[in-house]
Amino acid sequence: MAIRFTLNGKPQAVDVEPNMPLLWVLRDTLNMTGTKFGCGMALCGACTVHINGEATRSCVTPISSVAGKKVTTIEGLSSDHSHPVQQAWIELDVPQCGYCQSGQIMSAVSLLAKTSNPTDAQIDDAMSGNICRCGTYQQIRRAIHRAAQLHHGPPAAKSAELERPQGNAVAGGAE
Amino acid sequence: MSRGKVSLDRREFLKTGVAGATGLVVGFYLPGRDEIFAAGAEPEVLNAWIHVSPDDDVTIIISKSEMGQGVVTSLSMLAAEELACDWKKIRTEFAPAAAVYFDPVFRAQGTGGSTSIRSGWVPMRRAGATAREMLLRAAAEKWGVDKSECHAEDGTMVHTATKRRATYGSLAVAAGKLPPPSDVTLKDATQFAVIGKPLKRLDTREKVNGRAGFGIDVRRPGMLHAVVLRCPVYGGKVASFDATKARAVPGVKDVVQISTGIAVVADNTWNAMQGRRALEVKWDEGKLASVSSDTIWKLYADRAEKPGVVARKNGDAAAALAGASQKLEAVYQAPFEAHATMEPMNCTADVRPDGVDVWAPTQFQTTSQITAAQVAGVKPDAVKIHTTFLGGGFGRRGWTDFVKDACETSKAMKAPVQVTWSREDDMQHDYYRPASYAKLAAGLDADGNVVAWTTRIACDSVMSWFFPGSVQNGLDNASVEGISDLPYAIPNVLVDYQLVSAGIPTGFWRSVGASQNGFFRESFVDELAAAAKKDPYQFRRALLAKSARHIGVLDLAAQKAGWGKPLPKGVFRGIAVVQSFDTYVAQVAEVSADKGQVKVHRIVCALDCGQVVNPGIVEQQAVGGIVFGLTQTLKDEITIERGRVVQSNFNDFDVVRMNEAPKVEVYVVPSKESPTGMGEPAVPPVAPAVCNAVFAATGKRIRRIPIRAEDLV
Repeated sequence: MAIRFTLNGKPQAVDVEPNMPLLWVLRDTLNMTGTKFGCGMALCGACTVHINGEATRSCVTPISSVAGKKVTTIEGLSSDHSHPVQQAWIELDVPQCGYCQSGQIMSAVSLLAKTSNPTDAQIDDAMSGNICRCGTYQQIRRAIHRAAQLHHGPPAAKSAELERPQGNAVAGGAE
Repeated sequence: MSRGKVSLDRREFLKTGVAGATGLVVGFYLPGRDEIFAAGAEPEVLNAWIHVSPDDDVTIIISKSEMGQGVVTSLSMLAAEELACDWKKIRTEFAPAAAVYFDPVFRAQGTGGSTSIRSGWVPMRRAGATAREMLLRAAAEKWGVDKSECHAEDGTMVHTATKRRATYGSLAVAAGKLPPPSDVTLKDATQFAVIGKPLKRLDTREKVNGRAGFGIDVRRPGMLHAVVLRCPVYGGKVASFDATKARAVPGVKDVVQISTGIAVVADNTWNAMQGRRALEVKWDEGKLASVSSDTIWKLYADRAEKPGVVARKNGDAAAALAGASQKLEAVYQAPFEAHATMEPMNCTADVRPDGVDVWAPTQFQTTSQITAAQVAGVKPDAVKIHTTFLGGGFGRRGWTDFVKDACETSKAMKAPVQVTWSREDDMQHDYYRPASYAKLAAGLDADGNVVAWTTRIACDSVMSWFFPGSVQNGLDNASVEGISDLPYAIPNVLVDYQLVSAGIPTGFWRSVGASQNGFFRESFVDELAAAAKKDPYQFRRALLAKSARHIGVLDLAAQKAGWGKPLPKGVFRGIAVVQSFDTYVAQVAEVSADKGQVKVHRIVCALDCGQVVNPGIVEQQAVGGIVFGLTQTLKDEITIERGRVVQSNFNDFDVVRMNEAPKVEVYVVPSKESPTGMGEPAVPPVAPAVCNAVFAATGKRIRRIPIRAEDLV
């Protein structure tokens, strides 16, 4: 029997086993591979999507529980990188391997929807369920602060288009 | 920069070609490669291709795997420096598997050992310069002027006197028909316009909208999904199995036995996993079933009592130890570690009688190609390797076990198959960073000078696992590096090695031998400083007086960290310096240790990696390496029980998370030297810097990682 829900603003119906996790419906049934498989046990956050606006681990969410609800994935955030969180991620060049970043971004969007100007402690609370093995945490934290500014203020400066704003850190460089 | 004019060896020939309207293709091939290596000449394999299309796009072919370390961007920068193209029009593609892309260090196509920039530094710039020269000549011919009257500017050739202009795209086809120049002149470092700039990564945009294609994201027409049930004990075999219930699971297409276990093939990954749960298997667990972490450590400790193969010898360490006025001895241990890349192992293969396509997040294209060819029974040339983005690598993806899984299953199914490893598969069937057991001793004279240093290391040999038979004399440098290259001015040194294998698979893990040996050595140096009643920074500094690059990073780290200045109550500093992959890294950690709880507040990192190609990426690699190193310091280890890996997922192998990530500051020592490795060298100093800070805080010397609460009291 088909299970119906709203996916990125459009009606969607799938005919799969009711206990199949939303993650695998997205990835294998609908070929929407932006949402990632990391652990299968809601331990790493790579599979984070929004269900009715709430950040949710899709790897442990049976598709039957999604019936009638609104699902947003990384693909639904914006078609043109225009979401402030994506803009901040681009401005600060956050990703390394990039595999966990869909989940990181979806968690960050959810945080900022509830707390428009989070402190470092609030960021830690909201983001500690998302693992990044490349260790981009410091840059994610900066990008969340930057996204909070973008929500309220002007877009990124033109000069930031090609060059990465240096961390407060790199003192020397090539000579 | 020391290299100016470079001339092409005549045994090299430059391939140029024009395919339809695709324009200029430049690359190099060096057929006499092995002869040159045998003769000891400097390897000059040129492994880049530059493609200029008529619509002005410049495509750089990336022969290295992008696993987060930024090679897509930094290798493109090297080519763009000489090509003088419009950076905004750069495109990149991952290279197919081909001899032209062999790395001169590995003599194969692969990514590891922090080689990408080191290997690409001259060839990528030379490829850019060669392409620019051909475009320049094409412009000169078009205008009927001498090429010396023209110059390149942002993707355009300009006739300097008349300001006539032609875009690279408009010249590409004509340029492709010209003979390649026999030599090109590379820019001096003072002329660099691209190298050294913090250009943004080229792969960021597709990594923030879900479009970046990782191996696990490959979708092919008619593709099936599979998971493999493997014996929980390494080396075990299937004795018998009953797939009746597995086949009854909805969506399961077939159950096939392959060399590593039993593959359950279905219409999607979830159904394949459900089918796997329903499998009934009897295993012949083999001889490893009696092995546990306790028996492994005992084996290593026993072997460490016997002399090993000498890895380093200066003077007479035994005599100097005997005559020392103060003697220190310690045993250090580092455990097995999993790679735990965020993207679990996976591969997609389409094995047909006439050839194979493999889509793989691989660090090693050449061995992937050979593996697929062997499974399919075809020649390697008939195997196309499509390299995807890698969701982390850290050395794990240099293996081809996941490629073999997919090829064997596809061959059996006569269809394209994607094999996906679950997190549990990934964690329990890794090639682990070898556990290592080290006995250290040192002697001080009456003035606190170090007169002798000895280390005996007992651990498994990564190279023996990677290329069986490659370790002939019992000495694997990957087991002793980081300590056999001890830089301190000590007159009598002996480092020897006991190659001991418990049968648990081991492999390359970000920074390899230095990941554990850096911990042993820099912690023990700290013990010596304490015994000599000297400041650990000044103690190191005095012993490194003749190594300017060590001193450079040590001083910079100490200065930026405010070494010796007051800290908040309860916070203490530790310092360490380790060189690996020709890069020098010093770190100062600020740590508190209250009630058995270690908290790392800040790490100041100073590094010398030669000339910096992209400071933003260097900073990323340093910060990321430090977080990676913190995980082995604070959190996890792989243990063995009855031949089985105990840990299975991020609940019992939990890596450092946002709330545990310290503030990291990175400082670079300016240098005119050629670039050195950057993917790995930030890892080794983390554990000793943190543990030395723990000693400062508690008086407890941490001699095994990860740090345990019971070792703090």
